[in-house]
Amino acid sequence: MARITELEVNGTRRHLDADSDRTLLSVLRDDLSLTGVKYGCGEGQCAACTVLVDGAPAKSCLTKVGTVAGKRIVTIEGLAPAETLHPVQEAFLEADAMQCGWCTPGMILGAVALLASSPNPTDAEIATGLNGHICRCGTYPRIVRAIRLAAKRAAKKGVHA
Amino acid sequence: MQNFEYANPASLQQATALLAAKWGETDVLAGGTDLLSLMKEEIHTPKRVVNIKSIPELAGIRKAGAQVHIGALVTMDELAGSGDVPHALAAAAAGVPSPQIRHMGTVGGDLCQRPRCWYFRQGHGLLATKDGKPLIPNGENQYHAIFGGGPAYFVSASSLGPALIALNARIKLVSAKGSRELPVKEFFIQPKDDATREIALRPDEILTEIIVPAATHSSTYEVRQREALDWPLATASVALSMKGNTVAAARIVMGHVAPTPWESAAAAKALVGKPVNEETAQAAGKAAVAGAHPLSHNAYKVQLAKVAVKRALLDAVQARA
Amino acid sequence: MANTPDYSWPPMETRQVMGQNIKRLDGPQKSAGRAKYTSDFTRKDLLFAAYQTSPYAHARVTKVDTTPAERMPGVKAVQVVSPAGTEVQWEGTEIVAVAAVTEEIATEAVGKIKVEYEVLPHLVREDDLTKAGTHVKAAGEKTVGDPEQAFQQAEVTSDGHYGIPVVTHCCLETHGQVIEWRGDHVNCWPSTQDVTRYAGTLAPNLKVPVANIDVRMDYVGGGFGSKFAPDSWGEVCARLSQKAGGAPVKLFLDRATEQLIAGNRPSAYAKIKLGGKKDGTITAWQSESWATGGVTGGGSPPLPYIIANIPNQRQNHSAVSVNCGPQRAWRAPNNQQASYLTCCAIEDFAAKAALDPLEVFKTNLNLYAPEARRATYAWQLDKAAELAEWKQLWKLRGQGSKGAVKRGLGIGFNAWAGMGHNSQCRAIIHADGSVEIEIGTQDLGTGTRTIITQVAAETFGLPVGAVGLTIGSNQLPPDSASGGSTTVGGVSASTRKASVNALAKLYEAAAPALGVEPAQLEARGGKIQVKGGGKSLTWAEACRKIGGGGSISETGANDSRNPGGLIAAGASGIQIADVSVDTETGVVKVNRYVAVQDCGLIINPRLAESQVYGAIIMGISTALFEQRVMDEQTGRMLNADMEFYKLAGISDIGDIVVHMDIRPENDKRGVIGLGEPPAIAICAAIGNAVANAIGVRVPRIPMTPDHVLDTLDGRAV
Repeated sequence: MARITELEVNGTRRHLDADSDRTLLSVLRDDLSLTGVKYGCGEGQCAACTVLVDGAPAKSCLTKVGTVAGKRIVTIEGLAPAETLHPVQEAFLEADAMQCGWCTPGMILGAVALLASSPNPTDAEIATGLNGHICRCGTYPRIVRAIRLAAKRAAKKGVHA
Repeated sequence: MQNFEYANPASLQQATALLAAKWGETDVLAGGTDLLSLMKEEIHTPKRVVNIKSIPELAGIRKAGAQVHIGALVTMDELAGSGDVPHALAAAAAGVPSPQIRHMGTVGGDLCQRPRCWYFRQGHGLLATKDGKPLIPNGENQYHAIFGGGPAYFVSASSLGPALIALNARIKLVSAKGSRELPVKEFFIQPKDDATREIALRPDEILTEIIVPAATHSSTYEVRQREALDWPLATASVALSMKGNTVAAARIVMGHVAPTPWESAAAAKALVGKPVNEETAQAAGKAAVAGAHPLSHNAYKVQLAKVAVKRALLDAVQARA
Repeated sequence: MANTPDYSWPPMETRQVMGQNIKRLDGPQKSAGRAKYTSDFTRKDLLFAAYQTSPYAHARVTKVDTTPAERMPGVKAVQVVSPAGTEVQWEGTEIVAVAAVTEEIATEAVGKIKVEYEVLPHLVREDDLTKAGTHVKAAGEKTVGDPEQAFQQAEVTSDGHYGIPVVTHCCLETHGQVIEWRGDHVNCWPSTQDVTRYAGTLAPNLKVPVANIDVRMDYVGGGFGSKFAPDSWGEVCARLSQKAGGAPVKLFLDRATEQLIAGNRPSAYAKIKLGGKKDGTITAWQSESWATGGVTGGGSPPLPYIIANIPNQRQNHSAVSVNCGPQRAWRAPNNQQASYLTCCAIEDFAAKAALDPLEVFKTNLNLYAPEARRATYAWQLDKAAELAEWKQLWKLRGQGSKGAVKRGLGIGFNAWAGMGHNSQCRAIIHADGSVEIEIGTQDLGTGTRTIITQVAAETFGLPVGAVGLTIGSNQLPPDSASGGSTTVGGVSASTRKASVNALAKLYEAAAPALGVEPAQLEARGGKIQVKGGGKSLTWAEACRKIGGGGSISETGANDSRNPGGLIAAGASGIQIADVSVDTETGVVKVNRYVAVQDCGLIINPRLAESQVYGAIIMGISTALFEQRVMDEQTGRMLNADMEFYKLAGISDIGDIVVHMDIRPENDKRGVIGLGEPPAIAICAAIGNAVANAIGVRVPRIPMTPDHVLDTLDGRAV
């Protein structure tokens, strides 16, 4: 069985030793202690396991770690330097877009990916862009507000959110 | 999950050499959205998984004259965003309602995915039997077939299949022994026994590309309840060639209502020589479901299929930039 | 001290911190992805555990052969949960568990264990009573007044049948725990709604003194009533740890098992007949209802809901025992079912009488119990109607728009107790001015951390940043389970009392320096000052008077049997759904959902509203999408996953309008509790809105296209 001994995660080369057929979710959480990414369903239906692979949102519970060797992986922990928050994280905080917080890391990464390709999304585009992210606590209206806020602030600064 | 070998070929030739002649020995991995679940449930227990994601011959959309060649690894996202593919196909790809799935899911994966039938996924086989007795006729068949007459009652889960058939597209299949092309319609099979697969793909073949002719008036309409991430309850894809503003020829194909995408010649015939309007689209819809045989809990799908045909037709004649 | 301190809340208009929209204090951790939930526990010596469970709904275990697992490298412990001879009563029952050095090894090893069963007959569906045979147990008839005569004399009678299915909690963090059992000491990190009492429930099973069990939990990914106890897996996890030489073991259910055995909300089916006058007055109620909560039957919704004083009633209820996972408390147990059944019957009665249901709900206010809440309901009905634009939008059934898309409005009501659970708080003021609050409670995402801090800060006249808070451990002053919407009442009262008590001691220390009696002091704007203006010390200066290296440490308690004036029971609400139904496809969309909710004193409006939004969205999800699908042929749940057990997503919810009833008379009642009341009426309101839109009652929740189209086309649902 092929093994994966190196992964680029959050801008750093991480050394590990994992079967290439293990899920990226399991490797990130159990081998690299990056527990921000969550197991919700294990079948790609809730998006709590979302991470960014080369900038695009991917469901780590359905991704074999062997298929992402050599790609840029970003987890919630790597969105912003330590002790700081990414503008989307700030916006989620500002809009109180969370309750239990389980879906939050996946939502935030999904939002970052959305804003990267669609810096000024309509509410409908926000909804489509985050379809598939389940929040059982029911914070969706504030999530939409958070993303609108992040987009507006980025536009003001003339940067990408 | 059983232990298996994981292969990462760099070319099509290397990949086909790795595939076995029998089902159950090897499996192809592309986006992975389906294979991983199948393996976790031990519905698929391959000894070798062949990852084809790095094979350059399988990527990309390229125009060749009036046809578009779409590689098996093209994602739903790429397909939805491509200005070169007919509207019915782009709409079918865009309809896959989750950005991650649109990004990870591939054309080949969509066409080759196994059914979502919950009896199949619980290990009862394609014909869904337990101790020789069929489970679907007296069971929870609200998501199952209204056409085909059994013994298979699962519905084809392919988003692109109906559109490709309506568009007269072809599929290319490659093995170590050579290659062949099929009309997409022949790719889908209604199994009459448990040993037959629901697609014409042989165990040692890889689906490499689809070839799609140009189309002027085409569309796909999907009925789904939940926007979040849901399988459609019924869909219809239509492609029309118009003479002025009447229909010269039509192909009308319904999805998620039978073990294969289900074409209605009667619906197409009902439109020839006529304009497309509310009345004729409605009549075509009615003709499309005339042969339906619903089960105990899915009569509502007859209505949904009828409406999907009507709405796809009305959308197909909308002006598009 | 001569007098008991005055604990009462500061008047609404003087509050500095309470009543403010302070941002959720654990927000930064959650947003940063740094919040550590129990299932995030990592340690070098951590073992992972997995289950093999029964695929049969009813069977006897005849053989369990664990040798294939015992032999696997990396396996550290095996625990048989259901040995040979055990009667399995539902699919998903745990048979055996394995702990190993990785999750993959544990899963593989437990899968290799050979289990044999003798399969027994099962019943897994309760919706058709004629098929349930001896599984049905009638509870006996209840009558009030003379229903026979009342129906005979009724000017209008209506009847219908209604059904609401079993749904699951579907917490995103599944059930589980990490337990380390070394010698006679046990460390537990559970995913729970009850940090304080977890140890007490676990102890007898392990035969370890409660005092030897430490419980810690900082974050939990959802509970909704299903995570009150250690459960069988808590004990199994502990035993695996003990067998593995005391290594910590992480045991969490996978999603399928979670759906099967970690709890569900009972169903309810009923045939209901109402009788009354042409003016909409209801005089008679007759219901035959049945329900299941699993093998033990269970599940009896209180009928008629809220309009309990209908003068003539006949009720028959039966419980059906099915071979399915057992019920657990689901956010406002029994109330969704009762509200749905009752409100649907009222709406159908109104339609039969060709009356506006809003008027019928109002006409019958004198039947509502308790009497004290009637005026509130009256006000709320009008307020909700105003926000929903009822007068402009509501039409009699069949008189709406002509096209394929039909619009309709429907009403639902809710009632809940709340109050406050037993809670103790310790407030500590150090000589250096720092402040600590300690309570052995938990924050489920409800904002408990934040509101505790706000209460303390308000009391001390400090900003929230000056108050440190520790929760989430059973080594702290004991609290209770977060259930029944009793947390905010319990913790706010105990925190208020502890803080007032600590402040009283600070006044004693500071008073001499200000030359007044302690009773003349107040804490405001970071100062300890003489009431009415005049001399003051800064908070830091006042604390220095405590004396070098010293602290004040005082406790305060909320006793639920003796709540005093800080908390109250009794919340009510009215909700109105505005839906559009595409009658060609049966797809129901929520246009707007209005909730008017009475809630007592609100400590943090934004967090309170968050609860209401969340409750409504959960309700919309159940009204439109959720149902447990059981296959009678195989005895199995067909949708023990998140593909076909469908939850509402971001595009599925429509525009939600929340109006918190914070009129001063409500504030004066004190803190009540808000987690559950707004979660009750959604199926009622949406079911009624659909009936109004399409002109005919869709008898079954959820409002899926098949249920809607079957109804429109005259097929049985």
